Amino acid sequence: MKYADEFRDPVLARKVLNRIERTLGRIPMPEGRPLHIMEVCGGHTHSIFRYGLQKLVPDSIEFVHGPGCPVCVLPMGRVDDCVTLAEQPQVIFTTFGDAMRVPGSKGSLIEAKARGADVRMVYSPLDALELARRHPEREVVFFALGFETTMPSTALTLLQAAEEGVENFSMICQHITIIPTLKALLSDPQCLIDGFIGPGHVSMVIGNRGYGFIPDDYGKPFVVAGFEPLDLLQSLWMVLEQMAEGRASVENQYARVVPEDGNTAALRAMAEVYEDRESCDWRGLGAIDRSGVRIRAAYADFDAERKFGLVPADVADPAICQCGEVVRGQLKPHMCRAFGKECTPATPLGALMVSSEGACAAYHQYGATDLVGTRDG
Amino acid sequence: MCLGIPGRIIEITDAEKYLAVVDVSGVRRKVNVACIAETDALDELIGAWVLLHVGFAMSVIDEAEAARTLEVLDELGEVQDELTAMRESAQP
Ligand code: SF4
Repeated sequence: MKYADEFRDPVLARKVLNRIERTLGRIPMPEGRPLHIMEVCGGHTHSIFRYGLQKLVPDSIEFVHGPGCPVCVLPMGRVDDCVTLAEQPQVIFTTFGDAMRVPGSKGSLIEAKARGADVRMVYSPLDALELARRHPEREVVFFALGFETTMPSTALTLLQAAEEGVENFSMICQHITIIPTLKALLSDPQCLIDGFIGPGHVSMVIGNRGYGFIPDDYGKPFVVAGFEPLDLLQSLWMVLEQMAEGRASVENQYARVVPEDGNTAALRAMAEVYEDRESCDWRGLGAIDRSGVRIRAAYADFDAERKFGLVPADVADPAICQCGEVVRGQLKPHMCRAFGKECTPATPLGALMVSSEGACAAYHQYGATDLVGTRDG
Repeated sequence: MCLGIPGRIIEITDAEKYLAVVDVSGVRRKVNVACIAETDALDELIGAWVLLHVGFAMSVIDEAEAARTLEVLDELGEVQDELTAMRESAQP
């Protein structure tokens, strides 16, 4: 337990680990494989690696890293769309920093910037709006990316722009939603997930009610978790305890931040601005029905796709990439044939290698060789 | 962009637009508080610790939670990234 001293309260961590071990003894094990517990959120993946939780828990538990990092599932075609807009002469293209390095078929936004496009990193969509106010002679486009965690912020920014009549501000919308994605994962006949550690900050916005189909239709436990290491261990124990008791339900370990019904003001703004898209593309996963949103026609003036007559690019992932299998939890990152060779954090092929929340980047950073040598190889 | 970072509300600058100034580990920045404004008496939020996501306060948390969260974010290497992003965000 060499990592246990990284915890602020190693004694408490030890206690939870002991409980996990005891509960595990009461669970019927699947044939010939460990229990697969998927942490949906990329922030959880990062925390699991940082604290070495996959090494602390018993060998009969394996964390499967889910698709919950919006940068990691950003398809190449969508990066191309952003580059196309960024290269319009009058455009200032603004984006969260995380998206700058994701490769598209024409390179990343950073490369577009190097070629002369006016691409600027912003911390908040509010900053993009402020830029539009200060540069009425330019067109400011913001790349609205993320799950429900960032959706309220872009919706409220757009509403503010509409109220003030900031005509030179628009957004290209790549918001994706977690529930259809979980449905797609679970309906895959090859899905070998036994239980879920649910996303904390997405749930802070949408609440917990929408997850009910996971225990009801698929019989899998789902525990919404905070991202401190002890939160994660505690949530893992709650998942296992449900299994040991032969039940499945949605539980909330992160109640100090996640209200059962979510955030009313946020949900109202999202419903006002966004509507479901029939289908949305995911890197590695392909198209998933109703897994994304677009800007409603009432706000067409602020929709960069309409404003610039953008024809969305459709680009297949590079053949060598195995991002899809990794995102589905069917392949460990270091087992991808490109891992550490064609694909490294400095020269990422897939987005999973770009963001600190991507499983491949985490494996690279926190010692894949170590992991290969011990448990996964 | 997904983890969020704790900050403390110092001042309400524009109640109509739900704008406030938050102190995040010594960096001050303008944020939107529409999602945590339960009443119109925004002044009651002054001094509160909040979880910030891309410039929007999304949840009121207590001081101990804020301190623990900052510590974890620091260990994850996220605090410096967030603060740098805030400081460097598209200057006009
Ligand atoms: S190593 Fe690179 S190409 Fe392979 S799955 Fe990871 S991100 Fe995709």
